[in-house]
Amino acid sequence: MKKVLEGSHAVSEAVRLAKVQVMSAYPITPQTHIVEALSEYCTDGTMAARFLLVESEHSAMAAVIGASSGGARTFTATSSQGLALMHELLHWASAARLPIIMAEVNRALAPGWNIWMDQTDSLAQRDTGWIQLYCEDGQDVFDTTLQAYRLAEAVNLPVMVVLDAFFLSHTFEPVDVPDQDLVDRFLPPFSPRIELNTSDPFALGQMAPPTVYMEMRHDIQKAMEQVPEIFSKVEQEFAAIFGRSYGPVERVHCDDAQVIMVVTGTAASTCRKVISDLRSQGEKVGMLKLKMFRPFPTDLIRENLGSVQKVAVVDRNFSFGASGIFAQEIRAALCNRNGHPPVFGYITGLGGRDVTPEILAEIYWKTKNSAFPENESVWVGLNE
Amino acid sequence: MTQLNIPDSEYMYSGHVGCPGCGAAIAMKFALKALGEKTIMVIPACCWGVIAGPYPQSSLKVPILQTAFATAGAAASGLKAALDMKGDTETTVVAWAGDGGTFDIGIQALSGAVERNEDFIYVCYDNEAYMNTGVQRSSATPFGARTTTTPGKGWKKNRKKNMVEILAAHRIPYAATANIAFPEDLIQKFVKARQMKGGTRFLHVFASCPTGWRIPSEMSVKIARLAVQSNIFPLYEVKDGIDYTLNYKGDRPVMDYLKIQGRFKHLNHKDIEQIQSMVDEDWKLLLRKMNHNQRG
Repeated sequence: MKKVLEGSHAVSEAVRLAKVQVMSAYPITPQTHIVEALSEYCTDGTMAARFLLVESEHSAMAAVIGASSGGARTFTATSSQGLALMHELLHWASAARLPIIMAEVNRALAPGWNIWMDQTDSLAQRDTGWIQLYCEDGQDVFDTTLQAYRLAEAVNLPVMVVLDAFFLSHTFEPVDVPDQDLVDRFLPPFSPRIELNTSDPFALGQMAPPTVYMEMRHDIQKAMEQVPEIFSKVEQEFAAIFGRSYGPVERVHCDDAQVIMVVTGTAASTCRKVISDLRSQGEKVGMLKLKMFRPFPTDLIRENLGSVQKVAVVDRNFSFGASGIFAQEIRAALCNRNGHPPVFGYITGLGGRDVTPEILAEIYWKTKNSAFPENESVWVGLNE
Repeated sequence: MTQLNIPDSEYMYSGHVGCPGCGAAIAMKFALKALGEKTIMVIPACCWGVIAGPYPQSSLKVPILQTAFATAGAAASGLKAALDMKGDTETTVVAWAGDGGTFDIGIQALSGAVERNEDFIYVCYDNEAYMNTGVQRSSATPFGARTTTTPGKGWKKNRKKNMVEILAAHRIPYAATANIAFPEDLIQKFVKARQMKGGTRFLHVFASCPTGWRIPSEMSVKIARLAVQSNIFPLYEVKDGIDYTLNYKGDRPVMDYLKIQGRFKHLNHKDIEQIQSMVDEDWKLLLRKMNHNQRG
């Protein structure tokens, strides 16, 4: 049934239908609407779940780590400072191989205090062993949250479902929310591979000396390497029931494109319009939307960008002393391929500043009209 | 010779890597006799993170969840919630943390869990410093002690934090102190805590550390006993944060406890007098709470 939902409630509806058993969270704008809705579901009996209202994000992640170790399906949500506070335990969750799902609303880090859209918070967690999926609209958020449980529980790794602050978390759109029985067909009850139990005592998370630590890390990478194939299978099953699929990347007008713009999140929707306008003016431009950031879809990046003339990456994030983070990763994916195109990096829309059609068009024209990038990053839309 | 009434059951294997005379190992041995096999231990970073054994071994016959340093209170809350959702009402979840993980880095998660009145037992085995990392001071280190971060003339000049009183202020259903030199009392308190389901129970267990306190390992239990006999570490229970019960009245001077430990060796007569008066003051305060009970 189609409902008009804000992005936050697309998350909480999916969590309800996923029959999550233990949740824990600490409030931070703009994540609050997600956890408020889930609190209501727990209070009014819509969900049979425990919601642990803890005193910090660090404890929220610790609580879902404890719950997942006990064999429960879990959920948490956060943003920005909250995610940064969780950092230690993000490593813990993945190395303990726990299929925890977290909605992460991309918000800028302080100072100065800023509650608006910025991707640096989630991208700064890229080495923590979490699968990261970036969403474009409310339906994408809903579908990705459900798919995340299948994916996480298949590979025993945690998944971060990432959505833009306000542009997505607080924007109302029609979202198809299916009936419980359809969701149950797609997502069966959790049957944990790891579950603490007094009838079969073992220790979890204990000391790992040099003789075993490296193998444990290698196993995490092996699980990451299985993700593209399993994600594709999960998407096929999802499509068979719900008729929708997304892919780790999406190609838009890429076939004959001379310049391909790489975009993530809600900016992809704006970019669709810009590309359509530029196409009608005869420009050979395409867009590659990146949904999956971890594991990084290196093969798909090489396949889709390896032989284009120029690549323009739109980063709503920045790694100080280096460049935009998506641009870095795309350069790294392409550098071992002969004759790869120049990668133009653009920084825009930090701290909630709009990424307008004009800005995206400017990025296109700058790329088209330059033979080679003048810098690793060009900041677009800076005030004088 | 009196025969102690201690259950024969053993849930700890021999061959663990605790130091000789380790009070924390003795505490676990006795605690599990009271808790039994339907127990899951949640252990944050602390000496027990090592004593429990490296992968793929374990020194306990019950399941163990090792967690990050600051998280015992939160991880135990989550684990208990998962057991609730699975309909497991039998298993006791026990957070088992050192003084650093309780008094310092873990106090926030502990306070949160107690405020929510989560249904588990939290045990602090207190060896009065960061022993696992090499004897650095914690807020459980007593006035007068030398540690590797309070060395020489820089011996600790601050009082020890009173953890039981902090928890009593949360109106926790049950908080009690126990000591490895009083095993029957300790076991009774763990049995009581196990049976009192439905809220948080806190046990503060005094656990001597021969390595950190610079005492011979064979003196470990004797020195732990002297802490109670000199009223430095009184044995008592608090129900609902208001109802106090004293389990033991000591009559030994603190000198007897201090003079046999390397960590206090530098203290002069005046310092020891100061410690005696601090202990007397704390003792009087505790007796006032007991008396208040009787009046109430």
